[in-house]
Amino acid sequence: MFKAKFKEAVICFRAGRVTLPYPFEPAEVPAKFRGKIEFDARKCIGCGGCAKVCPPRCIVIEDIGELSRITFHLDRCIQCARCYEVCPEDAIWPTEQFETATPDKSDLKSEMLLWMSTCQRCGRCFETDNAIDRIPTKRWRGRGPGAGAVPGVYPAGPPIELVRPESLVKEEAKR
Amino acid sequence: MMAGLCRRMLPKSLWLFHTNCGACNGCDIEVIDVLTPYYDVERFGMKLVGSPRHADALVVSGAVSRQVAPALRRLYEATPDPKVVIAVGSCAVGGNIWYDTYNVLGGADAVIPVTVYIPGCPPRPESIVYGAALALGLVPKKVRPQRQEHLPPGFDAERYLAGVGAGVAD
Repeated sequence: MFKAKFKEAVICFRAGRVTLPYPFEPAEVPAKFRGKIEFDARKCIGCGGCAKVCPPRCIVIEDIGELSRITFHLDRCIQCARCYEVCPEDAIWPTEQFETATPDKSDLKSEMLLWMSTCQRCGRCFETDNAIDRIPTKRWRGRGPGAGAVPGVYPAGPPIELVRPESLVKEEAKR
Repeated sequence: MMAGLCRRMLPKSLWLFHTNCGACNGCDIEVIDVLTPYYDVERFGMKLVGSPRHADALVVSGAVSRQVAPALRRLYEATPDPKVVIAVGSCAVGGNIWYDTYNVLGGADAVIPVTVYIPGCPPRPESIVYGAALALGLVPKKVRPQRQEHLPPGFDAERYLAGVGAGVAD
């Protein structure tokens, strides 16, 4: 019996310390960890894809006149990141934030207000007037509301720089 | 007030009574994870006890179903004061995908007052440790409600929303 106890002690000493020093040092999360979602109103086009796929319906979109109000009920968010998968503009993404505990439930409710165009025929909100208008509108959205940004008035020069694909550049260098 | 009282009354150790109010077992496994040597909350004096009468804190997981609600109420009343209620998981916080289901009350706060909400499906063990520390008032909270706007310059959203509500605009 004594021998067995000795053996056990040796095994225990060999195992070393496994306890993580979490509360005293910040913890690392694994790769592709899905934590609290973040969103960017300047990228969002209000298409509603995220609200459609959200399993707990924690993303709610309301059309109020020319405004679209998107409410995020993060209290019931299950962090599936399906909103991130469907978003065409990458306006919503999961972060590595997991320390979301709070004594106040209203801390977990976020909202986003977007200005949308209104359809002349049905009166509902939609992104913009037509596909041609979408190009400058996207540019305006990219700059965001500021001193020089007036809806309907767009800068003359193209602000988007065209970057050639890397593979083509390499082929040219070889020649 | 509750945080200040807890800091005085429960500085040394927090005994937890864990109750499953209709959870899928995911959060329960994370709570057990917290007790393993890997996360080891027993070094802070926290441990699970077998009776609510021995406990300082109730750990509630699961969207509270209608059938379990009276039992949860009795559990809360059986726990001696001062007590802390920790809602673990998105179910106990906001009801998860069952938030509007007919047989579910949609969160622990529909039945009992909750001190700390720990969202996540399931929350990470670190998140639960952080939530317990928050309940004791040892760490600051790190989330706040966000509000982002993308509107034309000079557009008064508050006035517009009030106007739409009153039927003036649009």
